[in-house]
Amino acid sequence: MTTTLEPDLVSTGVGKVTMNTPSIRLEGITLQYQTKTLFEDLSASIHGSEWSVVLGRSGVGKTSLLRLIAGLSADATGQVSASDHLPLENRIAYLNQHASLMPWLSVIDNVLLGYTLRGEKTTALRDKALNLLEHAGLANNANQKPLQLSGGMKQRVALVRTLMEDKPIVLLDEPFSALDAITRLHIQNLAADLLRNRTVLLITHDPLEALRLGQHIYVLSGAPAYLQRMTTPSGSIPRSATDVDLLCHEAELIAALSQGEQL
Amino acid sequence: MLWQLAVWLFALPPYILPGPLLVIKTWWLAKSLIAQQSLITISETLLGLVIGSLLGCIAALILVLFRPARLWLLPILIISQAIPTFAIAPLLVVWFGYGIGSKVVTAMIMLFFPVTTAFFDGLRRTDKDWLDLAHVMGANSWRCLWHIRLPAALPALGSGLRVAAAIAPIGAIIGEWVGASRGLGFLLLNANARMQIDMMFAVLLSITVFTLVLYYSVDKVLRYTIPWGEIQ
Repeated sequence: MTTTLEPDLVSTGVGKVTMNTPSIRLEGITLQYQTKTLFEDLSASIHGSEWSVVLGRSGVGKTSLLRLIAGLSADATGQVSASDHLPLENRIAYLNQHASLMPWLSVIDNVLLGYTLRGEKTTALRDKALNLLEHAGLANNANQKPLQLSGGMKQRVALVRTLMEDKPIVLLDEPFSALDAITRLHIQNLAADLLRNRTVLLITHDPLEALRLGQHIYVLSGAPAYLQRMTTPSGSIPRSATDVDLLCHEAELIAALSQGEQL
Repeated sequence: MLWQLAVWLFALPPYILPGPLLVIKTWWLAKSLIAQQSLITISETLLGLVIGSLLGCIAALILVLFRPARLWLLPILIISQAIPTFAIAPLLVVWFGYGIGSKVVTAMIMLFFPVTTAFFDGLRRTDKDWLDLAHVMGANSWRCLWHIRLPAALPALGSGLRVAAAIAPIGAIIGEWVGASRGLGFLLLNANARMQIDMMFAVLLSITVFTLVLYYSVDKVLRYTIPWGEIQ
C-alpha cells in the first residue's frame, strides 16, 4: 500500500508538507501535580520536521509533557516556543490514546471536526478528507458511525483526522497502545507515512514502538523527571519490527527505563 | 389469573375488589366514555411533557452558561421539588383555571426538575479528552458547546426525558383530581365517590396502559435519535 500511496498523496497535495515545520524549545519548565513535582527546570529541544519519541513508564509525566506543549496545562511555568518565533497556538494537531471520535458524527464528519469547530468547513475539504480516508483504507466507512468500527479502524480515523488538520506540529499521546500487536504495526506504518516531514512528538511506553518510529529517542524518568537522549538505530522510519538491530537497542532502552532495577 | 382466582376463592364482593373479568367488562361497556376522557388527559400530559422538557432544557443551559444563575436558579429548582405537588395543585387550579391549563402546569412542575438536572449534569460531564481536542483545534466556546458539549449531553438528557415521560401522566391526573370536570382523573374521582370500584380499576388500567405506551414511545424515539447513548 505504501508504494501506491506516495504519488497520489502528492497529486492531491495531501502528504506534501509545504509549511514551516519548526523545532520546539522547552525552557525552565516546572510543573507540580498535587504534591508531586513532575518537572523542575526542565529544558529540551524537539527537532523540526522529524519524529521524536519520548519513552517512559506510567505516571512519570509523559502526558503532562505533551499537554503543556499543546497549551492544555495552565499550571506549568516556563517557556515553550517554536524555532521560528511564531506562536504555537493553532499550529498543533493532537491525538490521544482513546481516538476521541465523536460517536454522533460519521467517520467523515469526525475527520472534518477541526474545520467544523473553526467554522471553516467547505466541499473541497470534504473531497480531501474522502481522499485521505481512501488512502487509509477507510473509503467504505466514510458514512459509518464510530460505534460500527473496530479499535484499529477508530485509531486510523483519528490519525486521518490528525493529518486532515494539516498542522506543522503533531503531538501523539500513546495513540497505538490499545491495539493488538499486528494492528499496531500496521497503523505505525501508516502514521509514519502520513506524518512524514512534520515535527512529530510521540510519547509511548513501548520500547519497540520508540525504536520503529523515532528519529530521535529519549527516555523520560525520575522524579522530577528528566530526558535522557538514547542512541537511535540506523535506517529510515518505519523500521522493520523484525530487525535484530532493534532488539539490541531495545535492551538498552529497557535498562534506561528500569534504572538499574533487576528484571 | 391469581387475581380472578382470589376473587372467586374468597368470594370478595365487587365493591371491595372486582375481578379482572368484571373490570374488562366495565372497561368495554364504558369504552367510549373512557376514550373521550383519555383524549383530554393525553393532551394535558403531552403538552406538559413537551413544554416542561423544553423549559427544563432551557434552565439547564442557563445554569451552564451563566455561572451566577446557579446561585438563585438552583435553589428555586430544588424548592419547586420540595413542595409536594398535591399541596400546590389546588393553588394551580386557582391560578391557571379549571380547564386544561392547570393540569399542564402541574405536569410541567413535576417533570421540569428531572429534565433540568439530567441535562445540566450531562453538560458538565463532557469527556475531558473531547474538550482538550476542541481546545487544540481552536474552537471557541460557543462552537465547542454546540458541536461537542450539547451532543455529548444528549444521552443524559435522554435519561431525564424517560423519567419525565413516566411521571407526566401522574402530574396530569393529580391536576384533574383536585379540580376538573373532565379527564381520567375526574373519572377516577367520580367513580371513587360512587363506590364504582370496577370503574376505578378500568380507569386505572387505561392510565397504566397509556403511561406504558408513552414511556416506551419516548424510549424508542430516544434510542433511534441518540444511538450512541446506549453503549457509553
